[in-house]
Amino acid sequence: MFLRDRFNITERDLDRYLGEALAAGGEYADIYFEYISTTSLSLDESLIKSATEGIAAGCGVRVLSGERTGYAYTDALEPDRILQAARLAAHIASGPSQVDRVSVERRPGTHDLYPIVGTPPQLAEKMELLLRADRAARAVDARIFQVRAGYADETRYVLVASSDGRLAEDLQPLTRLSVLALAREGANIQRGMDGGGGRVSLEFFRASRTPEDFAREAARQALVQLEAADAPAGEMTVVLGPGWPGILLHEAVGHGLEADFNRKKVSAFSGLLGRQVASPLCTVVDDGTLAGRRGSLNVDDEGHPTSRTVLIEKGILKAYLQDHLSSRLLGAVPTGNGRRESYRHVPLPRMTNTFLLAGQDDPADIIRSVDRGLYCATFGGGQVDITSGKFVFSASESYLIEGGRITRPLRNATLIGNGPDVMTKVTMVGHDLKLDHGVGVCGKEGQSIPVGVGIPTIKIERLTVGGVG
Amino acid sequence: MELAGGIVQRALEAGATDAECLLVEGEEFSASVRLCELERLKQAGSRAAGLRVLIGQRSGSSYSSDLSPAGLQRMVDSAVAAARITSEDPHAGLPRPQELGARSDDLQLYHQDVAALAAQEKIELARRCERAALDLDPRISNSEGAAFGSSWRRQVLANSRGFQGEYKTSSCSLYAVPVAQADGQMQRDFWYTISHSLAGLDPPESVGRQAAQRALRRLGAVKVPTARVPVVFEPRTARALLQNIFDAVNGDAIYRQASFLAGKLGQTVAAPEVTIVDDGTMPAGFGTSPFDDEGAPTRRTPVIENGILHSYLLNTYTARKLGLQTTGNASRGLTGNPGIGPGNFYLQPGSHRPDQILASVEEGLYVTELIGFGVNLVTGDYSQGAVGLWIRHGQPVFPVHEVTVAGNLSQMLRDIEMIGSDLEFRGPIASPTLKIREMTVGGI
Repeated sequence: MFLRDRFNITERDLDRYLGEALAAGGEYADIYFEYISTTSLSLDESLIKSATEGIAAGCGVRVLSGERTGYAYTDALEPDRILQAARLAAHIASGPSQVDRVSVERRPGTHDLYPIVGTPPQLAEKMELLLRADRAARAVDARIFQVRAGYADETRYVLVASSDGRLAEDLQPLTRLSVLALAREGANIQRGMDGGGGRVSLEFFRASRTPEDFAREAARQALVQLEAADAPAGEMTVVLGPGWPGILLHEAVGHGLEADFNRKKVSAFSGLLGRQVASPLCTVVDDGTLAGRRGSLNVDDEGHPTSRTVLIEKGILKAYLQDHLSSRLLGAVPTGNGRRESYRHVPLPRMTNTFLLAGQDDPADIIRSVDRGLYCATFGGGQVDITSGKFVFSASESYLIEGGRITRPLRNATLIGNGPDVMTKVTMVGHDLKLDHGVGVCGKEGQSIPVGVGIPTIKIERLTVGGVG
Repeated sequence: MELAGGIVQRALEAGATDAECLLVEGEEFSASVRLCELERLKQAGSRAAGLRVLIGQRSGSSYSSDLSPAGLQRMVDSAVAAARITSEDPHAGLPRPQELGARSDDLQLYHQDVAALAAQEKIELARRCERAALDLDPRISNSEGAAFGSSWRRQVLANSRGFQGEYKTSSCSLYAVPVAQADGQMQRDFWYTISHSLAGLDPPESVGRQAAQRALRRLGAVKVPTARVPVVFEPRTARALLQNIFDAVNGDAIYRQASFLAGKLGQTVAAPEVTIVDDGTMPAGFGTSPFDDEGAPTRRTPVIENGILHSYLLNTYTARKLGLQTTGNASRGLTGNPGIGPGNFYLQPGSHRPDQILASVEEGLYVTELIGFGVNLVTGDYSQGAVGLWIRHGQPVFPVHEVTVAGNLSQMLRDIEMIGSDLEFRGPIASPTLKIREMTVGGI
């Protein structure tokens, strides 16, 4: 495929690099080649102010010896530089080589989750998406006075070869469009944001969601916020709307179930396998095999096929998210969750698309059941301390529920809770599971990767809301 | 330097009317240990180029890690192609020649001692740091590890208006993340030291002990009832507030009216004790450089003086948008148009010792960690997850977690009641301890 054509790498070269990586006694080695081409465009004040195209390529060599990892990378892809990186990574181990001969072999892929990249669309075509978003947002209401829109795509070619013989290649597209709108009424200025995409072609913005859809949604949120009052503070019942609020699972549960933290026993979920960690209404899944989704991959960044992993089944903790290193040390099966930001980074256990399965309740009944509480429709970012289990996330669009009805919009609501605890307080789960639109970015140890989240409407009996009122 | 100049030349030959090239190269090393065993060793070197071109008032950019002649030609061609289709922007352009220049004094950004230290000794520093944490108290029963990191970086900038400059920086750091356990509760915290030179690092044992003390004092943390009380931010969390203020005086947010400080130049925006400065020229500072990422010399800019908003922080583009002069704060990665970055951005220290500030609080929260993204710069609305200590009669009495602190930045700036004398830089943005008259603590 591409990398082998472009960099002239043969199976034999890979065997040699991996052999060099293991020469100092390491038990396992892998090598990751990556070639990324990116485009990004930004619109501001109705002008396309920047357009950037670029290329980054390199390879990283990893050597494992017990719990130790040696890692080196180079962006000069000549054989002598790759061999030098292999020798640097090999330093982690010390002793005679334990491997006779490395021989990698390509295995047939198990997934085919995204469109094959054909002739790349012209820059002008992508630019038009932004200009359309700008016009649509401004057309919603005269109070919309600022619109920013961004478009970014990348095509990532990867090749992973490992000393246990794995050889995988993949070509991964990723596209995203986002719109930010500011609305003004007197001195009151408020913002709204929306965006989406996935491992999709430009066709997505014609067939699934158009720039106008994103623009109108961003404008709508900004206009709603003009009417919003300060959020209350203190414990109350919280209803999360479907889709992007699934970030709750990502922060409250997902990170704490990554195998590295549990192997080291520093997660609030350590040692809880088989135990009740959520209400029986909750089944949480991480699934990297959904076609076209932002968090999906045919193979993870260690060459393992991605999979669907049931993390919590009817409230019982079933599994952790594994990468190669943790699965080796824990004697578990790799779940295809070994991911990295780029060839400059070591793989870590990470989420793909994480969501809560649909339940039985009618979303309208869920809201009707709340006498006084908070309804969260959209979120900004979230964060978790995996050791104490405390997580926060900020609602960018939320409403007060009074007497079973959604009443006025609120601003500035941050929710804070405890991961192993919050899911036990889920008392209703809607039948309306939705996945997000495809904008999620997850950070861990300084590495950012694309992910997806999803959730049906759910009711959490008690959660602390951090407003000012 | 010749390479960057050559790329600029090629861009002009390909049809650009102006061009600017940034070349970055460097090496990184990191060693982490966990429970005193070596866990991860990483080392590498890399280089890459970024190019911005203008054709009249249209701009385009590109970058490449492939610096072969073919790779460079491709980079030049795609930047020029991009500049042919973007919009005419009357304010786009490179700095005027008289705005360009570099400071010639020794800024002490590069030290040989970082690179000279052998890998084995770097690992040993991390090991000593973690051991000091583990040995401090039996309740420090686990660890996410400790790590030593070092790097150097060389940055070259050339443009078609005659600017050529380069500088080199070195950096090293050491941190520990111990885990404390007692009565079924597990808490972690961290501490770190960072410097341009090895000699500037705190001793590894003191970093480890400090990290352990921080984790220990979180044990037994509880939620507190919702209340409006005085809130004291220690330097580590006060720095996050300063980061919010930096974002709010960033020229990009100002011209878009996406900041609560937009249009407030010359007005009182903070308590009279508040003076905030951005200084890109401080020797050995983490935000110091001889010139910014457009080739304008760095300088010292008073941002807020005695409570009055004195200046925004600007690059060439935002200065033109606002009819002002650049403040030498252009900052860019390899891609896109320059944004705005801090020099050394700090709140000027006051006269109070941190314990005197705590002593002034009858009942309130001392914030030692902030989590989340609950800051809206457009409105100033502020609501963050917080960890800290409850203060009663001027003394810390018990640890607190799973609460929020909320308010509005615009009001918080006016409500700064006391400023500590304990300013210390651990990055380009810094603040001493500060006390805010009243915020909402959200809990039970």
